[in-house]
Amino acid sequence: MNDKNKSNRPVGGHGFGPGRGMGMPVERAKNFKGTFNRLLTYLKPLKVKLLLVFLCAVLGTIFSIVSPKILGKAITKLFEGMMLKFQGVSGAQVDFNYIADILIILIGIYLISSVFMYIQQYIMAGVAQNIVYALREQINKKLTRLPLKYYDTRTNGETLSRVTNDIDNISNTLQQGITQLLTSVITIVGVIIMMLTISPLLTLICLVTLPLSFIVTILVAKRSQRYFKDQQKTLGGLNGHVEEMFTGHQIVRAYGREKLSINKFKKINEDLFNSGWKAQFISGVIMPLIFFINNLSYVLICVVGGVLVTKRTIEIGDIQAFIQYARQFGQPISQIASITNIIQSTIASAERVFEVLDEDEIVNNESLQMVEHTKGHVVFEEVEFSYKENETLIKNMNLDVAPGQTVAIVGPTGAGKTTLVNLLMRFYELNGGKITIDGIDISKISHEDLRNIFGMVLQDTWLFSGTIRENIAYGRIGATEAEILNASKAAFADQFIRTLPDGYDTVINEEASNISYGQKQLLTIARAILSNPAILILDEATSSVDTRTEIYIQQAMDVLMEGRTSFVIAHRLSTIRDADLILVMREGKVIEQGTHDELMKQGKFYSDLYNSQFAQNAVAI
Amino acid sequence: MIKLLKTLKVYKLQIVFIILLVFLQSLADLYLPRLMANIIDNGVVKGDINYIIDIGKLMLLVTVGGVICSVFASYFSAKVSSGFGRNTRNKVFTHVENFSLQEFDKIGTASLITRTTNDITQVQNVINMILRMMISAPLMAIGGIIMAVNQDKELSLVLVFVLPILAALIFFVSRKGIPYFNAMQVKLDKLNQVVREQLTGIRVIRSFNRDDYEINRFNTANLDLTDTALKVNRIMAFLMPGMMLIMNIAIVAIVWFGSIRIDNMSMQVGDLMAFIQYAMQIMMSLVMVSFMFVIVPRGAVSAARINEVLEIKPIIKDNELNKESTNDNGVVEFKNVTFSYPGAEKPALNNISFVAKPGETTAIIGGTGSGKTTLINLIPRFYDVSSGNVFVDGIDIREQKQDTLRQKIAYVPQKALLFSGSITENIKYGKETATDEEIQQAAKIAQAYEFISEFDGNFSSKLSQGATNISGGQKQRLSIARAIVRHAKIYLFDDSFSALDYKTDGNLRSALKLELANSTVIIVAQRVSTVMNADQIIVLDNGVIVGSGTHKELMDTCEVYREIVSSQLLKEELA
Repeated sequence: MNDKNKSNRPVGGHGFGPGRGMGMPVERAKNFKGTFNRLLTYLKPLKVKLLLVFLCAVLGTIFSIVSPKILGKAITKLFEGMMLKFQGVSGAQVDFNYIADILIILIGIYLISSVFMYIQQYIMAGVAQNIVYALREQINKKLTRLPLKYYDTRTNGETLSRVTNDIDNISNTLQQGITQLLTSVITIVGVIIMMLTISPLLTLICLVTLPLSFIVTILVAKRSQRYFKDQQKTLGGLNGHVEEMFTGHQIVRAYGREKLSINKFKKINEDLFNSGWKAQFISGVIMPLIFFINNLSYVLICVVGGVLVTKRTIEIGDIQAFIQYARQFGQPISQIASITNIIQSTIASAERVFEVLDEDEIVNNESLQMVEHTKGHVVFEEVEFSYKENETLIKNMNLDVAPGQTVAIVGPTGAGKTTLVNLLMRFYELNGGKITIDGIDISKISHEDLRNIFGMVLQDTWLFSGTIRENIAYGRIGATEAEILNASKAAFADQFIRTLPDGYDTVINEEASNISYGQKQLLTIARAILSNPAILILDEATSSVDTRTEIYIQQAMDVLMEGRTSFVIAHRLSTIRDADLILVMREGKVIEQGTHDELMKQGKFYSDLYNSQFAQNAVAI
Repeated sequence: MIKLLKTLKVYKLQIVFIILLVFLQSLADLYLPRLMANIIDNGVVKGDINYIIDIGKLMLLVTVGGVICSVFASYFSAKVSSGFGRNTRNKVFTHVENFSLQEFDKIGTASLITRTTNDITQVQNVINMILRMMISAPLMAIGGIIMAVNQDKELSLVLVFVLPILAALIFFVSRKGIPYFNAMQVKLDKLNQVVREQLTGIRVIRSFNRDDYEINRFNTANLDLTDTALKVNRIMAFLMPGMMLIMNIAIVAIVWFGSIRIDNMSMQVGDLMAFIQYAMQIMMSLVMVSFMFVIVPRGAVSAARINEVLEIKPIIKDNELNKESTNDNGVVEFKNVTFSYPGAEKPALNNISFVAKPGETTAIIGGTGSGKTTLINLIPRFYDVSSGNVFVDGIDIREQKQDTLRQKIAYVPQKALLFSGSITENIKYGKETATDEEIQQAAKIAQAYEFISEFDGNFSSKLSQGATNISGGQKQRLSIARAIVRHAKIYLFDDSFSALDYKTDGNLRSALKLELANSTVIIVAQRVSTVMNADQIIVLDNGVIVGSGTHKELMDTCEVYREIVSSQLLKEELA
């Protein structure tokens, strides 16, 4: 649920309707300029297309800017003809030829302008999607090259949000923001120029209102930010409370605290209302105010323009043109006001994406020595390791596991039993010493070759959405149908798979809720059998499997372990006692090692553990 | 959606105000072109500067009036929509708090959370939009049409041609675009799913060397998404230029036909200019209305999800009988209890009968899906039995007040659920009036005292949401302390010791043995070693009791029990 909150950051307001998202606080990038420039490098290869977009935007906008002035000419001509008629000049009439010419030109201009606008958006769609596609591909590839350390120190939700939300945000801005910004600026500049050619005085009147719009927008937006921040904060509190109360519902009920919880909710909700309506109101006022300022200039144009026309300083058509220009003004102004926010949040998103791309990758190298037909002789030589600096976890660890032997790793929950797995698979690098397999240092083998030696069955049974067959076949590329079936049979999974309505073609859904936990384990064992590794890493199920499936799992694991060097994170006493070597772990360290009998004789932690768990005089309440 | 909108009734007055204000504001906006026409037709044509200035003043007044109206409309609509959000949230939350687990299961906790938070916010936003746009757009459109017709009837015929064309364009583009929008959402979900799977399965993927395979999987999804997104954006690229073109051509047509009418002396130039502005306003309103077609369905989906929650009637309610037992020793009795989850084919519990007495420990053991947790959940009445009876102190729990019943029970769930707040507050949750001494005592028994005193803030240390700042074992011990402080008659432990290491587990159980000597203790367990010394062990298999008795008795009589034991202990250790 935490992840969800993180992804709730405001994403650029591209919603429909005017003024949405305006005045909302946005996240800012730490290094705006650097990130911005880096984002530009993605645009570089698409230079030609972008230039085309730019050209189309400029042309499209220019054409749409020119048209009011031309339309004004038609109106002026119309007015002149009318005035003549009005004054009773004989034979006077409206010059229809002239008007028709102008209107035809106008249609042409409108058509061209629309076509340019369409082309521009069409190309931009390609550009934006191209970049986003490349970014996604790049970040995903990067994810496969990041060390596990990266994943262990972050929530999946956080990483996921960077791959999805942040990239989406960038995509939206590229698609709409850039061209919007471009056309807005061109429109404002173009309109000012056009207005100047018609009447400097009227232009001045219009321009007075321009900074006014900006100032009003900025002032109001600033004021609303405070309430938006309050609102965001209380909303966070409210969501937190709902999450807690709903996930802990049975406790709330069992301890009869419904009223308390409701009262607390109502209190937060009231606070939310108080900050919410203020934020809503103040940001909602921006549009009417801009509209008002627009109308002010409209009135001024009508009045001053009217007076000027009577004084014959300008033409009537010029008023018409100015009214249209004033209207064209309003939109780009509010757009530019909101676009700065959008760009801010986009750059912040881009920065988060780049952060991932800049993470240190795992060191990989070609195998210096060939590994073929691994026997599975594993040796730890003076191994030193720590997750964090200056907090040594494993020091001077020595271990010699002969081919085919079983090593049991035991210890209380949270003792760091997965650390050894991490080291064997080279998910983490050693700080000192070395681990060898059949005499070859694992740091001299490529990751691919090393991992081919190992097979892993974890408690956290990972299956992907796909058919059961695909999930088993995951164990080895190019496995035949017969091999899949054999593996499945050896893992005692065949039986239950056949009882499923679609057998091997049963699609496992995302939560894999359509098969039981124990069945999932059998599938992961089948997958490991298929991959036929030389060395095994097993994680025994602690609980939550029904007795019969548990027996199957045990038998399947025994099949799997036969003749292979195995490292077992053990919970079952029989596994522990039969192991060739027991590693006792506590607080991340290997504190004791030896066989069962040796360790019992030592009478330290292991024997305590053993006695307290399995001794006859355990007190049952 | 409409059903939910009924909650707006309390804001009737404000909504009438909003409509009135928006109406006035629309009038003001529509009146301006009319005044402008006057300036031109009466002022400019006659060269009457004073008239122009007078009308200008009037225009200014109208503009100011308009903005005042729209600011107040904005004020009221902010209050109404936020108020709607608040009221609906209160209603939904209060409603959900009275749900039993059965209703929770029906919708799912995660979904209930989004419905109470995001969905309501979504509807609230839509209502705000409706109040601000949907009211004004039609008013502007209708008002614009009236003014246009009023200005010049014949010329309005142009609109009769143009408006359907514009509507058709919007309709066709959205009809072509919306399926792609939906497809895009699906493909985006698919891409997210691939990434999520890659993140959760990172160790497996690496251990099987399937990075390339995963990259391909991602690229396929990525390409698919990009293609669709490209199509959507290219279709939508047509909308704006298309609309602009139609509007502009409409203006050209208006000017042309207007010229003819002016030539006939049926119309003046100012009227024509006003008419152009009305036409623009009408067309813009139409575009606004079409946006509403996009926004409203989004809100409607959320509204439907909220309504679904509100329509659920909690099944478990207090019975009028409210019988109170004369004794409160805490005797729990199951009599022929059968329970099925809604929609399940097989009952989760079948014909269960047993008695758990004070001073005794009743242990329940069995594999997953055997019904252990279900059985425990029936005692505090999280669910109601399908048939049979559960008695507490001789009275069917359905005839007792829920409060009275739960007052007798201290429940420790499988997953230690703690709340954000101090440790004291969390333990106090078990008993509101608990003194500091009681809290410390409870913590000691739960083997939590030691680690609590190691925290900087001691008992006032704050737990984060979900208590992510302490370990699983610590969470379990606090959740046990919370139960102990309650001094209840009945203790229910649902596999509550799983995250404890063996030593702590042992100490805790010895301490509990003393503390709960007079209580009825029912405990669900996975480990045989936990239950071996219980006074009564009940063995569940597929919802049926397949054996009950002491460890020794069961070893002789119960096959399933022996199977469980042999899978966990070595032969020589069996008594």
